[in-house]
Amino acid sequence: MNEVIAFYPILIKGTITTIQLTVMGAILALVISFIVGLARISKFRSVRVIAIIYLEFFRGSSALVQMFFIYFVLPMWGIYFDALTAGVVACGLNVGAYGSEVVRGAILAVGKEQHEASQALNYSVYKKYRYVIIPQAIPIMIPTFGNLLIELLKLTAVASLITISDLTFMAQIIRVQTALTLEPFLLILVIYFIIASILVKLVDLIAKKFSKGRNIMTAGDK
Amino acid sequence: MENIIEFENVSKSFGDLQVLKNLNLEVKDGEKLALIGPSGSGKTTILRILMTLETIDDGFVSVNDEYLWHEKSDGKIIPASETHLHKMRDHIGMVFQQFNLFPHLTAIENVQQPQTLIKKKTDAEAKEKAEELFSLVGLSDKKDQYPHQLSGGQQQRVAIARALAMDPKIMLFDEVTSALDPELVDEVLTVLRKLASDSDTTMLTVTHEMNFAQEFADRVLFFDGGQIVESGKPESIFSNPKEKRTREFLKKFISNIN
Repeated sequence: MNEVIAFYPILIKGTITTIQLTVMGAILALVISFIVGLARISKFRSVRVIAIIYLEFFRGSSALVQMFFIYFVLPMWGIYFDALTAGVVACGLNVGAYGSEVVRGAILAVGKEQHEASQALNYSVYKKYRYVIIPQAIPIMIPTFGNLLIELLKLTAVASLITISDLTFMAQIIRVQTALTLEPFLLILVIYFIIASILVKLVDLIAKKFSKGRNIMTAGDK
Repeated sequence: MENIIEFENVSKSFGDLQVLKNLNLEVKDGEKLALIGPSGSGKTTILRILMTLETIDDGFVSVNDEYLWHEKSDGKIIPASETHLHKMRDHIGMVFQQFNLFPHLTAIENVQQPQTLIKKKTDAEAKEKAEELFSLVGLSDKKDQYPHQLSGGQQQRVAIARALAMDPKIMLFDEVTSALDPELVDEVLTVLRKLASDSDTTMLTVTHEMNFAQEFADRVLFFDGGQIVESGKPESIFSNPKEKRTREFLKKFISNIN
């Protein structure tokens, strides 16, 4: 094990890369989740259809193949990404597809009476969603977003296959250099687990902040 | 007095069920109207049509001398656009049976937000108005609570304040005490009585509280089967109804009816 620990500089580098991929992928996924989730409830049919095609494509095909496609195939058509960007884009597009369902579901979970109250107060459609519906939908989204964030973290391991030097990539290097197999993989397993635990705590904190003084589910049930 | 609301031959169906049949109704500016009648008789639909929550199938509705569900374009009458409806909604406010407060905002934020967003008031103006209305509905000490921390009666009083904050010419009250525990009904009715006597806003209320209807209303309409069966001053409707259906209905609420 000491042999493996000696590689700590590249393990730290790998951890940072994994966190980078996760954070940037999560930001992209969040933006896509909202755009596609809102597009799904648009009153324009064409917008809804495009959103559904996006969703079904990215949910219905392998994330690994999507990543290969972005990194290896797109350059053949003149679209170049460096490895990290390709990883972030692939993770973001993939998790964003799942996230759009979370956004859509949470928005639809806000009761019809909230729409009627907004209309009675003469809110435009934009103001209704911006100030009434989405603020109530966000606390509903957060726990599921938390699960997706963990999924995203685990998905980033696949990025090692397009030459990104993340944790998994570094474990492979250590394995080759030391001829040890159990130790490097056991070690990164623990590191992934620690990162995931921190993310779970973080999401809990955010959930608390958003539900402070509010009790949306009970208030809606009455 | 002028008519502020007019229904001309308005019909409305939900699937096979016709809830309004060629309804004609005129409401004078400032009039306090109580709509009574059995469930499913179309009373609430009238309020929801006025609040633009329900479209009409046939006929015309006018509010403040303008068509509500239609507008004139190049001399032709066409279905109302969202822009037209937005303009018309400015005249009308509604209080719902289930309060429908915004649960993510405190009581006073519920009353302030629509003023700043829709009436373009400054925060200070909105706050001043909200505080004035909270004292009117007797909730000054509860203004920073969230809706789920308030009783049903208190929530409904906040909802009344929220609707009043928009200064509507017409206020619609849709069975505002039906969802309340019996001991909370009075606190809401007290507020409504005060409003009815102090303000010149036109008010339409759908209610099952017959004593309240009698005190509140200048005129009572009895609805059944999507039509107005009888209309008149509360004294005459409640003590001496002319129609058999009105008598049958009122018997369930009032014992000494002839």
